[in-house]
Amino acid sequence: MKPRTSPRRLPDQVFAYALLVPAFAFLVLFTVKPLVSTVVSSLYDRRDEGPTLDNYRLLAEDEVFRKALVNNLLFSVLTVPVSLALAMLLAVLLQRALKGKALLRAGVFAPAILPVVAVAVIWLYFYQPNIGVINEVLGWFGVTGPDWLGDTALVLPSLMAMMVWKEAGFFMIFYLAGLQAIDPELDEASLLEGTGRFTHFRRVTFPLLMPTTLFAAIVALADSIKMVDFVFVMTQGGPDNASNLLLYYIYRVTFAQHWPQYGAAISLLVIGVLVALAVLQIRLLDRRIHYR
Amino acid sequence: MDRIVSWPDRVETALAWLAGLLWTAPLLYVFVRAFESGTADLSSAWQAAPFGRYYLNTALLVTGITAAQLVVGVLAAYAFARFEFPLRGPLFAFVLVQLMIFPEVLMSENYRTIAGFGLLDTLPGVGLPYVASAFCVFFLRQAFLGVPDELVEAAQIEGVSRLGILWKVFVPAARPSIVAYALVSVSTQWNNFLWPLIVAVSDETRPVTVGLVRFLAPETGIDVPRMAAGTVIVTAPLLALFLIGQRQFINSFLRSGIK
Repeated sequence: MKPRTSPRRLPDQVFAYALLVPAFAFLVLFTVKPLVSTVVSSLYDRRDEGPTLDNYRLLAEDEVFRKALVNNLLFSVLTVPVSLALAMLLAVLLQRALKGKALLRAGVFAPAILPVVAVAVIWLYFYQPNIGVINEVLGWFGVTGPDWLGDTALVLPSLMAMMVWKEAGFFMIFYLAGLQAIDPELDEASLLEGTGRFTHFRRVTFPLLMPTTLFAAIVALADSIKMVDFVFVMTQGGPDNASNLLLYYIYRVTFAQHWPQYGAAISLLVIGVLVALAVLQIRLLDRRIHYR
Repeated sequence: MDRIVSWPDRVETALAWLAGLLWTAPLLYVFVRAFESGTADLSSAWQAAPFGRYYLNTALLVTGITAAQLVVGVLAAYAFARFEFPLRGPLFAFVLVQLMIFPEVLMSENYRTIAGFGLLDTLPGVGLPYVASAFCVFFLRQAFLGVPDELVEAAQIEGVSRLGILWKVFVPAARPSIVAYALVSVSTQWNNFLWPLIVAVSDETRPVTVGLVRFLAPETGIDVPRMAAGTVIVTAPLLALFLIGQRQFINSFLRSGIK
């Protein structure tokens, strides 16, 4: 049967374009237009003279930029797998029949709902050298704790530990969802055959959680570039740029050094990385959808 | 299925409780320190900064942005999921490429745009860059693609208009996904710090995240009760909401297909 149509009705195609107008207006205004002007701006020097490639030449020699890039790479490469591994372990532990399961799940998830800056404020105090809780606890065992955030070798690992603590609970929820989708008969089969639980995890659970892992890895990777609020609260990138991260550096260059042209060049580099990640994400999501 | 409590079971139970302790202890510590001297620290912190105003700003931003994202996202997702039109593929790819380009990475130019509109230090200035979310469009399109054709055809036969079908068929059918997206968006926006730090420079527009950092910044000394009180003021409502709604909150994540 043909649907009833009123004579004044817009053709479907025109209607569809009309539906897209609000989204595209905002996307163009806050992504495309600034992207184009960022490209243009990056080709001008500090006094707006150009066009020139000076900003990119500078980028190649900039020690602080290199440090921020290496720090960010270390941060991403280490916190993402550790957070996900912990998240998976927590999900497996908290999925079983267990007294107080709901309470434990809520407790582990609670840090994930707090703003990064609130978490950063809390840990800033924990990491204090003299009166901080961590060093106080170490003191009970006769260990003199270091200045966690004041030492160039310790500051980045300290920040990573904090973010792992915050992110693991968040990704645990993804894994709990993934575990729910696994057929319980597989568990029973392993139990009947007497397969050890570690073998069961390695042969059954882990491979079946792979789609969840891929999705979570990309979200976590994006977070490791985006969520730099703790740098503002805890270290301002110091000491000696040992905790400087890319987005924080863009902010410093643009708004503290009033040098948006150079900030633009750094932004474009970061966007290149982000778009590469987006393409990867689309590929992976597409694959998952086809497999379902 | 009954299982004998075996040795590995006990280890796992112990590990589960140890994890619970590690993840909750820092928060418990902050709450204990905040209430060390009764409510004195809390009330002095409450008076030292306009936290009420910060809260109002955050609430307005979070609800405004999430509602706007959903309206804009639902319309665009409906177009992509339901209609054939020229350039549909390229236009959708255009949305997808922006999945990862978040407004902060273009902070300098977005600042210029907002300044050009005369919206610096206003709540719309903080919120506008987030109105179109590529993730929202993508996620809702996925949900809409799962809506059975029979439902749509039945509504067409009854003569329901195209917007009516969106409202009466697609939106109710995709409700779990819409709720899940709303939760993700609310928590992302509640978290937001960098962009509001740049745009919101007065107490009338600052959200709680920026307010908390400003509240603690003038203190060069380490003042644990002050820190604890400020943190409790900022986090307690969020934690309370979570504890009240945690079952629904976690379940809506579990059901929505975010996995």
